[in-house]
Amino acid sequence: MATEAARRGFVLRESLGRWDVKLSPYLFISPFFVVFALVGLFPLLYTGWVSVHAWDLLGGEQGWAGSGNFAFVLGQRQFWVALRNTLSIFLLSAVPQLLVATAIAAALDTNLRNKTFWRMSVLLPFVVMPVAVTLIFGSMFGERYGLVNRTLADIGLGPIRWHTDPLASHIAIATMVNFRWTGYNALILLAGMQAIPRDLYEAATIDGATWLRRFFRITVPQLRPTLIFVIITATIGGLQIFDEPRLYDQNGLGGEDQQWMTMTIYLYKLGWTQLNFGRAAAVAWLLFLVVVAIGLVNLAITRRIATSEERAT
Amino acid sequence: MKNLRSAGRVLGATVVAALALAACASGSTSSNADNGPITLTLATFNKFGYSDEMLAQYHKLHPNVTVVQNIAATSQAAQDNMFTKLAAGSGLGDVEAVEVDWMPKLKQYANLFVDLTTPETKTRWLDWKTQAATVNGRLIGAGTDIGPEAICYRSDAFAKAGLPSDPAGVAQLLTGDWNNYYSVGQRFSAAHTGVAWFDSAGATYQGLANQYHNFFEASDGTVVATTNPDVKNAFVSVLNASSTSSAHLQEWGTDWNAGLANGAWATMLCPSWMLGVISGNGPKIKDWKIANVFPNGGGNWGGSYLTVPTQGKHTAAAKELALWLTAPEQQIAAFVTTGNYPSQVGAYSNPALTGATNPYFGNAPIGQIFADRAKAVSVTPYKGVKYAAIMQAVQDGLTRVESKKQTIDASWAQVLSDIKALS
Repeated sequence: MATEAARRGFVLRESLGRWDVKLSPYLFISPFFVVFALVGLFPLLYTGWVSVHAWDLLGGEQGWAGSGNFAFVLGQRQFWVALRNTLSIFLLSAVPQLLVATAIAAALDTNLRNKTFWRMSVLLPFVVMPVAVTLIFGSMFGERYGLVNRTLADIGLGPIRWHTDPLASHIAIATMVNFRWTGYNALILLAGMQAIPRDLYEAATIDGATWLRRFFRITVPQLRPTLIFVIITATIGGLQIFDEPRLYDQNGLGGEDQQWMTMTIYLYKLGWTQLNFGRAAAVAWLLFLVVVAIGLVNLAITRRIATSEERAT
Repeated sequence: MKNLRSAGRVLGATVVAALALAACASGSTSSNADNGPITLTLATFNKFGYSDEMLAQYHKLHPNVTVVQNIAATSQAAQDNMFTKLAAGSGLGDVEAVEVDWMPKLKQYANLFVDLTTPETKTRWLDWKTQAATVNGRLIGAGTDIGPEAICYRSDAFAKAGLPSDPAGVAQLLTGDWNNYYSVGQRFSAAHTGVAWFDSAGATYQGLANQYHNFFEASDGTVVATTNPDVKNAFVSVLNASSTSSAHLQEWGTDWNAGLANGAWATMLCPSWMLGVISGNGPKIKDWKIANVFPNGGGNWGGSYLTVPTQGKHTAAAKELALWLTAPEQQIAAFVTTGNYPSQVGAYSNPALTGATNPYFGNAPIGQIFADRAKAVSVTPYKGVKYAAIMQAVQDGLTRVESKKQTIDASWAQVLSDIKALS
C-alpha cells in the first residue's frame, strides 16, 4: 500500500512537472498575447466588421454594406488627395528627421563636456505638448501676419503661401513633426551607438580609417537593429499623423482644397463630422494596408543597406 | 495681461475641480447627489458671456454646487468634441453648449439628452427658437441667444473714403439689397484707403444663406443645394464682389484674428454675438460703430443652446443650472458683457436690455439696435441634418477662389462633387 501511495504521488508529481514544462512557458508569455488580443487584434477585427456595414457613429449598425464602403471611399477624389498628402508629409518628415537624428546622435557620441546637459536639451522639444507646438508654429506660418513670412519680407523675399500651397503646407507641418521627434530619435540612436564595442573603432583607427569611414563602415552597420526600430516607428507615426494637420488651421479639416488633409483627418471627417462610421472604418483598414506595405518596403531597404555594408567590411 | 490672468483663473478652477473630484471619489458613493458637494462642468465655446462672477453667484444660491467652465476655441472644435464623446458614452460636460447649425444632427439622437421641459419653459423663448430644439415634445436644448444681424463698420475708414460716417448716415447708405452693399463697397474700394470693404466672402455668404427658408435642404430633408439657383447665385455674386472688396481672410483663422486686430477691413456682418469678438480681438481699434441696418432686410446668424447629456452623473442638478443660465436675467447680463442677444421673450421688455449701451462701439444703444434687428428678421431658415456639412463644402469653395487656387467655375464644380459625396 505504502509503495502504491508513493507511486501515485510520484505519478502526480511527474504529471505536474510535465504540465509545468508544457504550460508554464505559455502562461509566462500570455500577458503579452492577452493584452495584444484586447488592444491590438480585437480593434482591428472589429474595425473590419464595422467597415462592411452601414454604421452610424451614434446610431450603431444600420445593415450589411459588403464592399460598398470601400468602393465609395476608393471612388472619392478626397481619398486619393489624402493618400498623396500622407505620403508627402511622411517623406518630408521621416527622411530629414532620421538623417539629422543620426548626425546629432553621432555628435553626442563623441567626447563632449556636460554630456547629460546636451542629451537633455536634445529631448526638450519632445517634452512640449504637441498642441502647444502646433499652435505656436501655426501662427508662425500665418500667411499675412505670420512671423516666417514677415521675416521673408524683411529680407526681400516674397511671401510663401503656407496655408494655400499644398507643398508649402506639407513642409510647414513636417517642420512641426521634425521639431518634436528628431531629438527623441537621436537619443534612441545614441543608445544604439553607445552599445557598439569601442575596440572596433580602435582597431579601425590603428588601420588608418578616417572618421567618416569609421562612421559608415562601423557605426551604421552596427546600428542596424536600432535603425530598423526607429524607421519602423517613424513610418507608423508618420503615416498616422493627426495632431499637427488637425490643429494647423481653425477648422481642422485639412484646408479648403484638402491641401494638408491626411488619411487620419479624412477618416475623422467621415466618422465624426459626417457620422458615417462604416466609411471611416473602411479608410482605417485601407490605411492599415498602406502602413503594412510601406513598413515591409522599409524593412527590406534597411536590411539591404546594412547587409551590403557588412559584406563590404 | 488679461489673458494671463484668466488663464490663471482657469488653472485655479481646474485645480479646485480636480480636488473636488478627488474628494468625490474618496467619499461614499451612496451620497445624495442633491445634497452632497458636487462640481458641474459647463462646456461652451467662443464667448457665451457666462462670467466668473455669474458662476460664483450660482454657487452662492446653491452652496453645494461648484461650476467649472471649459471654453472651446471654435464652434467646430466644440462640435467635434461633442460627437466624439457622445459616441464614447462618456467625457462630456454636465452642461454642453450647442450651436443652432448642428442642432439638427443632435435631434436625431434626442434620447441622449435630458428633457428640459418645465411648465415655465413653454413660454420662455421665441417660438422658433424652442421649435428648433424640440423633438416630439422633448425639449433637448435651452435657448441662450439669437443672432440678429446689423452692420458693424469703422467710422474713420468711412470718413477717409468720403462716405458718411455717423451710424444714422451709414444706415441710410446701406439700406437696400446685397447689390447695394456691394456697390457701396466698390465706391469705398475706389478711394484706396488701404482697408478692405469686408473680411471674407465666406462670412458674407453666411448672411445671404440665412435669409432663405429652404436654402440647402427642402423641409423634408432632401438636399437641394446642388439644384437651387439661389445657392449658386449667392456663390457667384459674393465672389464677384470679393475680387475688389474682400480682405480675403478666412473667418476665425489666425490671419483673420490678426486682421481684425490690425483693422484690415471696414465693415462686417454683425450678429449680436460678434460684438464681443470684435472688441475682444481689436482693443487698439477705436472707430468700430454699429449701423442699424442689414442688406435685404433682416437676418439671423447663429445663436446657441445649452443641453444636458444623459451620460452626466448629476443630470438633475445640471438641468437646474442650464435653466438658470438661460433665464432672462442671466442672458441680459451676458448681453451686457458680450452682446449675445437674448432669445428669451421676457427679456425684451426689461429696461436693462432695452437701455443697454456699449462703450467700445461709441456708446451705441445696442439694446435698441438689436431689438430692431430682431424685429426685421422675417425668415426662419430650415436647417436639416446635412446643413453644417454642406455649408462647410460651400465655404471651402469660396475660400478656394479667394486664395486664388481656382476660378469660380472650377471651384463651384468641386463644391457640387463635395456635396454629392455627403450622401
